[in-house]
Amino acid sequence: MKEKIYDVAIIGAGAAGMASALEIASTGARVVVIDREPHLGGILLQCIHNGFGLHLFKEELTGPEYAERFISEIKRKDIDILLNSTATRMAVFQTIKQINVCSSEHGVFKVNAKAIVLAMGCRERNRGNLGIPGTRPAGIFTAGLAQRLLNIDGYLPGKRVVIVGSGDIGLIMARRLTWTGAEVLGVVEILPYPSGLTRNIVQCLYDYDIPLYLSHVITKIEGRDRVEAVEVTPLENGIPNQSKSFRIECDTLLFSVGLVPENELTQSAGIKINPETGGPIVDARLMTSAEGVFACGNVLHVHDLVDWVSQEAQLCGKEVVAFLEGKTRDETQGRVSVGANLKYVIPNKYRLKTKNRFSMRALVVQDKATLMIKQGERVVKRLPLRHVKPAEMFHVEIKSEDLDEVYENGEPLPLQFSLE
Amino acid sequence: MNIKEKIYDVAVIGAGCCGASIVRKLSAYDLSVVLLEKCVDIGFGVSKANSGIIHAGFHHPVTSLKARLEIRGNLMFDQLHYELNFPFKRIGIIVAAFSIEEMKTVEHLYAQGIANGVPRLEVCSRERILSLEPQLNPDVVGGLFAPTGGIVEPYRYVFALVESAEKNGVEVKKNFTVWRGVRKEDYWMIESKEGEFVKAKYVVNSAGLYADEVSKAFNAEEFKIIPRKGEEFLLQRNARGLPSHVIFPVPGKHTKGVLVIPTVEGTLMVGPTAEEIEDKEDLSTTYQNLEKVFVQATYMVPKISRREIITSFAGLRPTLPSNDFYIEPSKKQPNFIQVAGIQSPGLTASPAIGEYVKDILKNCGLKLIEKTDYDPYLPKPVKVRELSFEELERLIESDPRYGNIVCRCETVSEAEIIEAIRKGHTTLDGIKFYTRAGMGLCQGAFCSYRILKIIAREVGIPIEKITKRGGDSWIIYKRLQDIDLNQ
Ligand SMILES: Cc1cc2nc3c(=O)[nH]c(=O)nc-3n(C[C@H](O)[C@H](O)[C@H](O)COP(=O)(O)OP(=O)(O)OC[C@H]3O[C@@H](n4cnc5c(N)ncnc54)[C@H](O)[C@@H]3O)c2cc1C
Ligand SMILES: Cc1cc2nc3c(=O)[nH]c(=O)nc-3n(C[C@H](O)[C@H](O)[C@H](O)COP(=O)(O)OP(=O)(O)OC[C@H]3O[C@@H](n4cnc5c(N)ncnc54)[C@H](O)[C@@H]3O)c2cc1C
Repeated sequence: MKEKIYDVAIIGAGAAGMASALEIASTGARVVVIDREPHLGGILLQCIHNGFGLHLFKEELTGPEYAERFISEIKRKDIDILLNSTATRMAVFQTIKQINVCSSEHGVFKVNAKAIVLAMGCRERNRGNLGIPGTRPAGIFTAGLAQRLLNIDGYLPGKRVVIVGSGDIGLIMARRLTWTGAEVLGVVEILPYPSGLTRNIVQCLYDYDIPLYLSHVITKIEGRDRVEAVEVTPLENGIPNQSKSFRIECDTLLFSVGLVPENELTQSAGIKINPETGGPIVDARLMTSAEGVFACGNVLHVHDLVDWVSQEAQLCGKEVVAFLEGKTRDETQGRVSVGANLKYVIPNKYRLKTKNRFSMRALVVQDKATLMIKQGERVVKRLPLRHVKPAEMFHVEIKSEDLDEVYENGEPLPLQFSLE
Repeated sequence: MNIKEKIYDVAVIGAGCCGASIVRKLSAYDLSVVLLEKCVDIGFGVSKANSGIIHAGFHHPVTSLKARLEIRGNLMFDQLHYELNFPFKRIGIIVAAFSIEEMKTVEHLYAQGIANGVPRLEVCSRERILSLEPQLNPDVVGGLFAPTGGIVEPYRYVFALVESAEKNGVEVKKNFTVWRGVRKEDYWMIESKEGEFVKAKYVVNSAGLYADEVSKAFNAEEFKIIPRKGEEFLLQRNARGLPSHVIFPVPGKHTKGVLVIPTVEGTLMVGPTAEEIEDKEDLSTTYQNLEKVFVQATYMVPKISRREIITSFAGLRPTLPSNDFYIEPSKKQPNFIQVAGIQSPGLTASPAIGEYVKDILKNCGLKLIEKTDYDPYLPKPVKVRELSFEELERLIESDPRYGNIVCRCETVSEAEIIEAIRKGHTTLDGIKFYTRAGMGLCQGAFCSYRILKIIAREVGIPIEKITKRGGDSWIIYKRLQDIDLNQ
């Protein structure tokens, strides 16, 4: 049986995997990065549009350009890279974590490591998940698959396209398809507001006169062999009003209805999942319920911008290093609790002695909101926010000075987040 | 002899579970047999879209043909499974009763089952049924337990039957839509819409939903097949509430009701509905039926969650007004055997239908001489997902393509995809049904472009020519380099 031994094994070579690898390898630890694709960079490589890196590099890069900044550095470092290699199983023992990896080139083998970073990204939700009625013809794609077909393989999936869901990938694809000469006949969104970034609504739809149907749903897919039409119905008070349904004839449907962190591997190792994010529950170190297994990037929670992915992964890398050095073993942490109008807050624990950084999403669209953070009855921080919406993540930092060292049943008081 | 001049002993029309069972049965004899199918692939009719249950045989009175063949068919599955290695498990069937009245029906089903000869049937108390199936709603008052009920992957079953038949000399013609049969001196001249001809001494009409049209095309009996639609919803592996038996409600007058079905592959299915419709091609699903199915399913197994749906589908049961199978030689035309109205439990009954039709053919004068070299066995197909570390290690050493995981959700390797193509499954759906690639959580978002490339390479066709399931179900419109942007 073939085995390879490392200090740290990283599953996934996207933005998250690469940034954490660089951070960890800079301390001299032995690192391996495993990815099932033939290249480094993950999903970034198919995002050939602009808009990456505004926060991290203060310039506008394409996905591949953004990835390249990390790829070239990785290649300079002493980091082992296993491509075309799928992690198929994971097991967590006392001190050793083990991953089964399968590839044509190296066969099947086990990677043993002291720590693992989960950086597997996410997958797209699809028509089946939504239970959309109608037939099941060819011509139904997730937006990301269409993006991959078009941008990497050079194949146009269809000529008359309707996009379901106003997520960013769908918006970007609306513009991209228009450029190739396909007709994009509309974007249908169930919510009363778009779920993608505002800049994408403007630059990808409005600039090309593509109609955006808000508060509308697809009530039927028609077509026996290939998609022939969809029936679109407006929602009134949340209920489809069939008397106002209309048909759009098309040959292709793209679904851009959200992403789901890819955690089948995580679950196979018995690691606890947060039902709100679909990612693992993590403590203040970004460590999952399995000692020594960390998570960052889209596998932890779906990010809107890659800059935040890289940032989170760098933090995660630092935590892995501290863990290997045994520095964070007996730290006290308190619970983070999620209150009004918030979908989730990551991480799920906080520390008293160091700075904490939290990422979160709102459940509602709201102008002039206030983020309230409390320890018991005491307000730790009150942060005014100009505008919040579920599509855009926001972050907050809390310094240790701001926190009281108050305990309840031997644990620090929970830190309560809410949006008012 | 010129191929065109060849006269087959038997032509079987329709490669569903019935046609497949019939040709496999016939392949044990010294006969020339051809299976004619209108679709690009076999098993693409009703036989791919059903509940996959091997019924125990207590639902129908033994006076009906379907009950007799159902019971016989059920008994034949162990042997078939042993020979052909398709996914099959006898996990048992539970009928859950929620009132004293329903318990009365359970007693009736028990008596009927015993009369039909169903082995090891049990009437259960509340305690017994909950200990058998802890996922049941605790409001259950009792029920019936039939340990001989089972589940099967229906398309794999059809593939295996046909593969075995081919191994023993049966020919298969796909894309052959029978539309006319002309009686010549002592044989039938069968014409396809695609312009091909086949001659055969005996013809079996097992064309499923279109058995009425095929019968007409041969100037045989006139009857009308009425499609009865059933919608089903599939939930992910290890779904919440996953029971370890097939759960039935106490049946209504006409249908067996909405069931909760653990599939052989570890996913969970709920359905089907039952609704008579007109259009034989209407495989659409509706929101109303999704609602209905989940209300009924969660009443029996409360933990089931709609959030875990990965896909839905519909199938049409080919029914006749008699509500029974119609399997007999035509009274109007010689050497023409009708196998029609094969509604549920057609899948269960199919092995027995194969045998039954063989006997009918014999009675009609077909000479049956057993082959000396008949080989009933098929090797177990390799599935990377099921292998141990060491087995996989050896396999990849012999063929590295087993190490290339193409479908991440179901862990299907490139070598398995190639094997499916080699066996004649060259559409995305064909490969999906053969290997499970694309059947998992992401529904092909990850693997379909990889599979397209493998098909294009192995079959030697451009990607634009590949279809989802034949006909006009193209997947890729054009290559970017072929697009004229100035147009
Ligand atoms: C289509 C699309 C458009 C976007 N547009 C923008 C934008 O305009 N601006 C912006 O800032 N951000 C954008 N984003 C967001 C940003 O690109 C992503 O959030 C970020 O790249 C995610 O990085 P990641 O490393 O978490 O995941 P990924 O990049 O998805 O990397 C995960 C990697 O893990 C590998 N993997 C998974 N499972 C296994 C396994 N079992 N074995 C081996 N390898 C495995 C995968 O192959 C993949 O390479 C976009 C995202 C998408 C999907
Ligand atoms: C929702 C649902 C659930 C069910 N659940 C179960 C169950 O759990 N257990 C059970 O035992 N049974 C079940 N059944 C019933 C079972 O699926 C059917 O009885 C069985 O599949 C019928 O098989 P068949 O071979 O007769 O028909 P088909 O599989 O339809 O085969 C007929 C074939 O003939 C071909 N054909 C048609 N016309 C022509 C032509 N002109 N020329 C050439 N070829 C032609 C078709 O393309 C098709 O492939 C269910 C049915 C449905 C709809």
